[in-house]
Amino acid sequence: MRRRLAHALTPLRLAALVYVGLMLLVLVAAPLLAPADPLSQDVADRLASPGGAHVLGTDELGRDILSRIIYGARVELLIALGATLVSMLLGTLLGLLGGYFGGIVEVITMRVVVDVLLAFPPIILVLLAVTLRGPGTGTLIAAMGVLFAPTFARIAYGQVISVKRLEFVEAATAFGAPTRTRLFGVILPNISAPLIVQVSLTIATAILLESGLSYLGLGVVPPTPSWGSMVAQGQRYLSSDPHVLLVPGAFVVLTILAFGLVGDALRSGLDPKSRSNR
Amino acid sequence: MTQPVLEKAPPPPATALLEIDDVSVEFGGGKKWKPVTHGISFSVAPGETVALVGESGSGKSVTAMAILDLLPANARRTGSIRLDGEELVGASEKRLRQVRGCDVAVIFQEPMTALNPVYTIGHHLSEAIRSHRDVSKAEAAEKAVDLLRQVHMPSPEEKVKHYPHQLSGGQRQRAMIAMAMASEPRLLIADEPTTALDVTVQAEILDLVRELQQRTGMGVLIITHDMGVVADVSDRVVVMRDGRVVETAPSRELFARPQHDYTTALLEAVPRLGSGTTSSAVADRSAPPVLDLEGVAIEYPGSWRKSGFRAGHDLDISVAPGEIVGLVGESGSGKSTIGRLAMGLLPVAAGRMEVGGRDVSAGSRADLVHIRSQVSMVFQDPASSLDPRRTIGQSITDPLRWTRKLTSTKACRARAQELLDDVRLPKEWVDRYPHELSGGQRQRVGIARAMATNPRLLVADEPTSALDVSVQAAVLDLFSELQREHGFSCLFITHDLSVVEQLATSVVVLQHGRVVEQGPTARVLNDPQEDYTRRLIAAAPVPDPDLQAQRRAQRLAG
Amino acid sequence: MTTYVLRRIGVGVGLVLLVLTLIFLALHLVPGDPAMLLLSQGDGGSATPDAVARVREQLGLDQPLLTQYWQFLSGALTGDLGESFRNGQAVSEAIGERLPRTLELVGLATLIAVVVGVPWGALAARKGGWFDSVTSVLTSIGVALPVFVFGSLLVLLFSLELGLLPAGGFTEWGDDPGRHAQLLIMPAIALAVGFASTIARMTRSAVLEMLHQDWVRTARSLGLSRRTVFRKYVLRNSLNPVVTTVGIGVGTLLGSTVLVEKVFSYPGLSSLLVDAVTARDYPVVQGVVITIAVLFVSINIIVDVLYGVLDPRVRR
Repeated sequence: MRRRLAHALTPLRLAALVYVGLMLLVLVAAPLLAPADPLSQDVADRLASPGGAHVLGTDELGRDILSRIIYGARVELLIALGATLVSMLLGTLLGLLGGYFGGIVEVITMRVVVDVLLAFPPIILVLLAVTLRGPGTGTLIAAMGVLFAPTFARIAYGQVISVKRLEFVEAATAFGAPTRTRLFGVILPNISAPLIVQVSLTIATAILLESGLSYLGLGVVPPTPSWGSMVAQGQRYLSSDPHVLLVPGAFVVLTILAFGLVGDALRSGLDPKSRSNR
Repeated sequence: MTQPVLEKAPPPPATALLEIDDVSVEFGGGKKWKPVTHGISFSVAPGETVALVGESGSGKSVTAMAILDLLPANARRTGSIRLDGEELVGASEKRLRQVRGCDVAVIFQEPMTALNPVYTIGHHLSEAIRSHRDVSKAEAAEKAVDLLRQVHMPSPEEKVKHYPHQLSGGQRQRAMIAMAMASEPRLLIADEPTTALDVTVQAEILDLVRELQQRTGMGVLIITHDMGVVADVSDRVVVMRDGRVVETAPSRELFARPQHDYTTALLEAVPRLGSGTTSSAVADRSAPPVLDLEGVAIEYPGSWRKSGFRAGHDLDISVAPGEIVGLVGESGSGKSTIGRLAMGLLPVAAGRMEVGGRDVSAGSRADLVHIRSQVSMVFQDPASSLDPRRTIGQSITDPLRWTRKLTSTKACRARAQELLDDVRLPKEWVDRYPHELSGGQRQRVGIARAMATNPRLLVADEPTSALDVSVQAAVLDLFSELQREHGFSCLFITHDLSVVEQLATSVVVLQHGRVVEQGPTARVLNDPQEDYTRRLIAAAPVPDPDLQAQRRAQRLAG
Repeated sequence: MTTYVLRRIGVGVGLVLLVLTLIFLALHLVPGDPAMLLLSQGDGGSATPDAVARVREQLGLDQPLLTQYWQFLSGALTGDLGESFRNGQAVSEAIGERLPRTLELVGLATLIAVVVGVPWGALAARKGGWFDSVTSVLTSIGVALPVFVFGSLLVLLFSLELGLLPAGGFTEWGDDPGRHAQLLIMPAIALAVGFASTIARMTRSAVLEMLHQDWVRTARSLGLSRRTVFRKYVLRNSLNPVVTTVGIGVGTLLGSTVLVEKVFSYPGLSSLLVDAVTARDYPVVQGVVITIAVLFVSINIIVDVLYGVLDPRVRR
């Protein structure tokens, strides 16, 4: 186990893990960590470069970029974690039921629900939801939660199909385990590893999607700071003050990268099959 | 072709075709190399068949793969491997490529995975033909059909257009052999060529290899774990254990007078048909049967696109208290299906099934509860029959917990320890996980779990087919002992007639989901009434070269 | 094979019907009056009764649900997608004008991604060592780069710093082919970078998996050269999972055009969608969503058919 852990944790992945830890700290302690109020404007010091009184500089309204990054991170993670939680629960349930029962249950869960949701590029369906409900945290969590569910459903489904054939599952049936026990006590623990990996990857995807929507002005409602809308603002000052764009842009990339790398680490730590591959 | 083999003297190994001298294979990389075989030496003469035998982990396959350097990338070989005097260890990749498939050809164990699923049989054959000879595509295609004809493939003109998944296991192995024969090799390496096949198909494939050998005079190195196959085909035997050669001898000498203790033990562990050991179980025919099937049909339920599949027809089978009924048949015979039916895992599609005197044909909830109180099951694959995330103690008592016969953790633990003791495993192992146990030990745990509910009928689905012979013998002994102590009835499912002979009081022979013949074990095996039973018995190789030679002569004549 | 293709098309048609139903239901299952919802600006402010009545009439909300469903389905299937709230233009006409531009962009990006990604991943798997490690890091970054950030970086570098390419906009091929191509390069690369990384990663792991298959050993035992073995017994078999990845990836790409078109002010289908969402022009949003979904389903049918061509086991 220890050797497997050592193998899974390359220095890069370890750094990613530390970064993710910091992000989670920001999630609970943003007001304590931010040096300034993310909304207070300092017109005298607008578009300040990084390195001065404002560590990461200020934007066109003189707001402290670091503080906005920190508060933005909070919203970003809240939405990403919320959407991931919803999709994990929903998707796993769909895949578990579809894979285990087969027949008409499989048609409804995997063919109708999952395939129909997968017929849309994710961002398109979120835009449809935003048109109907208007932008906002709740809409985003709900829409993205439903949208990412198919990925979990497919993984769970594939796993159930292969685990279902194993004799210990048949033994559970033969020895009279109730259906609930078979599903949640026998099968679920044996398919959880790839689902846990997917949690990390889904968080990364959710951040990617949310920042994109905020960039379009259709995500988090202003004045709440968000990384995507900061990038959009920065575009206007790209030639003169590129830091307004580059700083939030870098954080988006780093965060997505970190969750992706943690996912890779989890995969090689939890799934013995892929170990040789990495 | 049917030349009496008894008179065939072992050819003098003076001019060896293949000489293996002090060969070791090591796995690893960088500075850390771990040897898996140690100083293996033996030789193969032209026209000779040498069998490399051993149980799993003996290093026999690795040794065979080392000859052509077909080892994985993280392995290396040392020592000397000479083909007609030419050194192959350290030979250039270019030279090795000329030898591969041309002087030395290989056939593999699992013909499904050994053939590329995206190419046709014809494509595979042309590749083999064109790899060493400069012939046109058209000529190669013609030669491909010809090769298939030589290996007695039915309708070869059609089969070249087929993909591997469209052929049966035996046909795929014939195609593999045809590929191997493409350049008329001087040495054929056959790595467990019949392990994945049924006995009747195995007999045909071994006959084919023998026929090709007699025609071309090639040497054959066959790797196998089956002493029956060894007795059937080999002139000389190399016995391996834990990466070392323990004994090398001409076949008849080895079977008659094994020199090494391990060889002796190995030969003793092999159940042999006609050995005279019979079942110790006593059936009580005066009492009502524990399991009674009358005209039962079994169907696998269909899905929304596929219709159901009928795997059993018109079955009349009855198991008396204390009786061990052997269900034998080849793959697709429906033997496992009947086991699953008896366990309530499949519904009765037609007919009547009684368990312990109660009609359970309807398959209601109450019927299933009744079945589970009477019937229990031992599964085939010790690698997957236990939940890897539960301790063996938990697995053993899960049946009791699930049926609410025992609910307290403490009581379950005590019962698990008791059952572990019954199957001769240390009580202290109750908290171990399956991956900490060997295959044989896991199968003991499987038996303990099946015993947990004190069943009247035990369904044993090929419980030893995944185990090495020495382990199999121990598990079968344990099984007989438990049966004597507890007196349960048993439905013993197997493809191995010798196991049936040793264990079962009566036999049911199955083919294509129907009963071909049934009756007391001695009667069915010694005086079979049906043609199929006779073929099955004739195809099973006996671990005795003289007897086996006679049996083959009879089979080929008849 | 013919039955396989026909069945795939049948499934695709069924899927399109389900997709249309979902879009129809989206409007009706959202809690509250859809007309009110569309007119409120997300702040719950009320709209004038007149406006509400107009929207209800335009969307046909005053009719029975089944009639609406039928009209919606028959409209969608005959290409009648209604009219824009904003300018009364027929939605199908607006889409017809914008769709080819987005398709050109997506097609070019896919081409770049496949041409770069497949050899890159195959090489990483085959070479191993430092090349593989570098590939692993680069593709991790490539997958994590949001198109709007990468796109902005491209603009900063190639337009603002180096002045090599125009920062954005669009010119018809007929008006000025050179400028048309110049304007296409950066958006296509921005789209392709993440996709190429995904393809490279998938190819790499597929190749590594195929290297350990038994048939590779069989091919070696026949005396085939390393090159032939790799090409015909490893790479060829790795294509099956890669094709699936490409199919799914093209969908994601279609979605990403929403961002790329904004970065480069490219007047494609997606910028039409974003403008419509911002203005809450429901008929246009609905029309574009339907178009993209139908497009995506069609791509997946093609991918499935291709998969059947590549793997004889699936065509039955």
